[in-house]
Amino acid sequence: MSADDPLILVIDDEPQLLRFLQAALKSHGYRALTAETAEEGERLALSHRPDAVLLDLGLPDRDGLEVVNQLRGWCDTPIIVISARGKEDDKVAALEAGANDYLTKPFGTRELIARIGVALRNRMDVPAASPVIEFGDIRVDLEGRVVMRQGERVHLTPNEFKLLTAMVRHPGKILTHNQLLKEVWGVANLQQTHYLRVYMNTLRHKLEEDPARPRYFQTELGVGYRFTEA
Amino acid sequence: MPDRPDPEELLKRVQDAETRARRARFKVFFGAAPGVGKTFAMLQEAQRRQAEGTEVLVGIVETHGRKETLALVDGLEMLARTASQYRGVVIEELDLEAALARRPGLILVDELAHTNAPGCRNAKRWQDVMELLNAGIDVYSTLNVQHLDSLREVVAQITGIAVQERIPDTVLERCDELELVDISMEELTQRLADGKVYVPDQARHATQRFFRKGNLLALRELALRRTAELVDADMRRYRDAEGIQETWAAGQRLLVGITPRQASEALIRETRRMAESLGASWIAVYVDFGKPLSDADRERLEAHLRLVERLGGEGIALPGHASLSEDLLALARSRNVTQLLIGRSGAPRWLDRIRGNLLTDLAAQAGRIHVHVIPTEHAESSTNLPRPVPSAWPGLGTLSLCAVYVALATGVSLLGFRRMELADIVMIFTIPILVAAIRYGRNAAVATSVLAVLAFDFFFIAPRFTLAVGDLRHLGTFAIMLILGFVIGNLTERVRQQAIRAQQREQRTLALYRLGEALVRAGDQTDTIASAVRAVEAQFQTRVTFYLPTAEGRLAQVDGLGPVDEPHRGVAQWAFDHGQVAGQGTCILPASKALFLPLKGARGTLGLMALQSEEGPLWREPDQRHLLESFANQTALAMERAALSAEAHATRLRIEREELRNALLSSVSHDLRTPLAGITGSATTLLEDPGVLSESERAALLGAIQEEAFRMHRLVSNLLDLTRLESGKIELRREWIPAEEVVGSALSHLGNPAEGREIKVHVDRPGILFHGDSILLEQVVTNLVENALKFSPTTKPVEIQVYGTGKGVSLIVSDYGPGIPEGFEARIFDRLFRLPGGDKRAGAGLGLAICHGIALAHGGRIQVNNRPQGGAQFVVSFPYDGEPPADLPEEI
Repeated sequence: MSADDPLILVIDDEPQLLRFLQAALKSHGYRALTAETAEEGERLALSHRPDAVLLDLGLPDRDGLEVVNQLRGWCDTPIIVISARGKEDDKVAALEAGANDYLTKPFGTRELIARIGVALRNRMDVPAASPVIEFGDIRVDLEGRVVMRQGERVHLTPNEFKLLTAMVRHPGKILTHNQLLKEVWGVANLQQTHYLRVYMNTLRHKLEEDPARPRYFQTELGVGYRFTEA
Repeated sequence: MPDRPDPEELLKRVQDAETRARRARFKVFFGAAPGVGKTFAMLQEAQRRQAEGTEVLVGIVETHGRKETLALVDGLEMLARTASQYRGVVIEELDLEAALARRPGLILVDELAHTNAPGCRNAKRWQDVMELLNAGIDVYSTLNVQHLDSLREVVAQITGIAVQERIPDTVLERCDELELVDISMEELTQRLADGKVYVPDQARHATQRFFRKGNLLALRELALRRTAELVDADMRRYRDAEGIQETWAAGQRLLVGITPRQASEALIRETRRMAESLGASWIAVYVDFGKPLSDADRERLEAHLRLVERLGGEGIALPGHASLSEDLLALARSRNVTQLLIGRSGAPRWLDRIRGNLLTDLAAQAGRIHVHVIPTEHAESSTNLPRPVPSAWPGLGTLSLCAVYVALATGVSLLGFRRMELADIVMIFTIPILVAAIRYGRNAAVATSVLAVLAFDFFFIAPRFTLAVGDLRHLGTFAIMLILGFVIGNLTERVRQQAIRAQQREQRTLALYRLGEALVRAGDQTDTIASAVRAVEAQFQTRVTFYLPTAEGRLAQVDGLGPVDEPHRGVAQWAFDHGQVAGQGTCILPASKALFLPLKGARGTLGLMALQSEEGPLWREPDQRHLLESFANQTALAMERAALSAEAHATRLRIEREELRNALLSSVSHDLRTPLAGITGSATTLLEDPGVLSESERAALLGAIQEEAFRMHRLVSNLLDLTRLESGKIELRREWIPAEEVVGSALSHLGNPAEGREIKVHVDRPGILFHGDSILLEQVVTNLVENALKFSPTTKPVEIQVYGTGKGVSLIVSDYGPGIPEGFEARIFDRLFRLPGGDKRAGAGLGLAICHGIALAHGGRIQVNNRPQGGAQFVVSFPYDGEPPADLPEEI
């Protein structure tokens, strides 16, 4: 382990989970720093400037959501929220407060490391520098508003194109329904998730090989969507 | 002639008294259910008796190891029990021989309904008790209401449990003292929860069913009623013995005489209302003098008696002996009736004169019994109460009509003037007076008579065509005409007023009846109040508000509109605190703008009904007052009923939920332990390995740990989901979701079991929408697909199809497995159900139950059938709740 390895701050009050996270992080080339309370976590984040934060939403001293808000007040370190299944609302709230991603308990090492990887990458390359984005056999020209699939032009409606733009600008990141609605339709239509779902469906029909098994535009149940390039 | 006790009755009484004197005293501590504290009460009294110097012996008392009870046994002499062997079990019983030999002053024998062990002299313990009593030993015993033979069927109906141990009711009737040991249901439930009620292990399940709050409430009522009946019987015995014919006003009891006539229905309802307001019981009787009844009459009579039962009264048809009045009074005296109600006879007065009037006879003989006459026969009427206003002075329109009548009479008289005497003409002129009186009341009659006099004078009295009177004798005729008008007017006026009043009473009855009906239909308290508001507003044409106390005891408007308006707060609080009417028109703060009526239930004042009348105080008129009170009473009763039923319902739900949880826990504990055993085993093997395990062996153990952990995770999530679904607390977030998204996200979450397997997806038409909770929908797909993968060969595909039906979506998941054995098509959706044969692949039997629960929550259904080409096919329907959203707002 060297001092150049990325530093991950883990804020969680369960010793078992801390032990597992420390071991898993270490074996994948990360340095780990642990805190058991929100208070301590915030202090460590300030003093050590970690490269990413793993944050459990159920902390003894304070609501995890508050910690997200606090951290976002002064830094843009990627935050990955850890929460239990069935608490989709908490996840949405955390994501909308500025968290980058979430993990649902129980999760495996592979999933953990993959998410940290995405979060760190997102931080490093500043998004939307290039106006052309390619994934699979699809090429999106954001400036020219042209989408090609296997060399053929795909016709998208203006809203589909806006949705596509919003998605590809944040590869690997989960965008909640609200965030997408706001970006595509503006603030007025926040309740109309079914429009979003229907647009996402037609987009998949136009760009995915098998819309029932999407490769690029994945559903995060009860939370939103995630664009993955692979 | 004073009534004399029946000689046979007297003889029996003397014999009874003799036996009683010879026999020892028998006291029973009587309760609604185990755990109310009968044994405790018995021991307390025994201690008291011992302190007074009685020789007390504890024959047999079950303390069930309870500390408080044990402490009370302390200091009392204990009789050794006899032990007998039965099928290898030692059973301890009351040693009857030893007890008889010991001859204490008082012996305690717990559990009167107990069945003795085989080999004892008596089969039942109550027989032992009878022997002890016959030997002159006082006995204290305990008994629960469900053991009474006569109540067996009722108890079985209420609790669904057939009680094995029963005692004849005569045993209880022979006891000298019955003490009801009663605690509130809350307290009993608490004691149960605290484990203070002894429950034998083998009976635990049955007991849980037995101890539902609904059962307990019903049993408690039975116990209370039975005690009351016994006490009542005691009192009657005493009164018979003392030859008391005077009724005792211990409690009010009403008796109403009914006939097959339609009018009796109103009479019955009126009686019930009176009884309710007095807290009295009531009896309706038809005295049958053998007069043949028409079919219609018989049917109506039966309907009346059924109505009586339904309204909580007692209906009796009694063969008549002497006269109606004597028979009614005889029954009234024998049943301790305090108030007797009869309907007003429809017969004309002259007929009554001839054959005797019931009311007169009753009044003459009733003694201390109050006799009420209830008016019943009225014409059909409308909803709104006409107020009995005295006739106003007739308006110009009426006056001109009266003038027309007089003109007509004048015309007729002029035509016949030549052939008629003046006296005949006078008679003709009375006709308009009569008509005016009947149609417009007294004042119109007087006005018409004045007009008639003027017309008569002008046209017919010489000198004709002047108002001058030639012959002064005619002045007498004028006076008579005027007096006639006045008298007729007065008489018709009185009849009119009576008719109006009768109509009002009828309408009041009708209004109350309608309110009653509306209240019966109302479900909860909100419904009840809404019905009451509607009824009161329609009846009194005023604004009505209900106030209920908040948790802090403050009064607040029932619809959440906030507290009582400032100027009324004091009056309202006073009315509520004192349970008395206050406000506008009453003697308490009469200047208020509103009238406040307390809603009084059995458990105190429930709230207030406030009326704001524009037309001045409603409270002044007695009729209105009674009606208002009746409305308030009925509403209060209905509110109380609603509250009680809500309470009972909530308790039942809670207990059922608890049962469900227990059943779940016990049956899944096995399924939880199996993976845990695997994990523990593998982990310890790895930890304690001295270095002999090969790399591949270690990897296999680690893999096992991971797999078992995954299994446990699925099981725990399933359990949580199912509990949530079945608790009914799940909150559906219905959204319109494209079918591809539902299926797609399910497939992406399948993970391991789906690896290398072929899953065919067919969505009938792109863009078919599901209407449901996205997370739950996905779970249905996941569970069904996992199930299909598990039970079909790995080489065969699993197929998912989605069809739109216009009003919903059908999801079909099919496999090529063995299918479902015949007869299990419905049961496989039961919680914890596993197909017989113990298939290794089977889970805990939760997955399909969850699908079922989710389908139901969406108003849909799930079913399974075997396909002709082999394999099972699950079909789930998800109906739409509402119209699917319109097409997208923008499309190019």
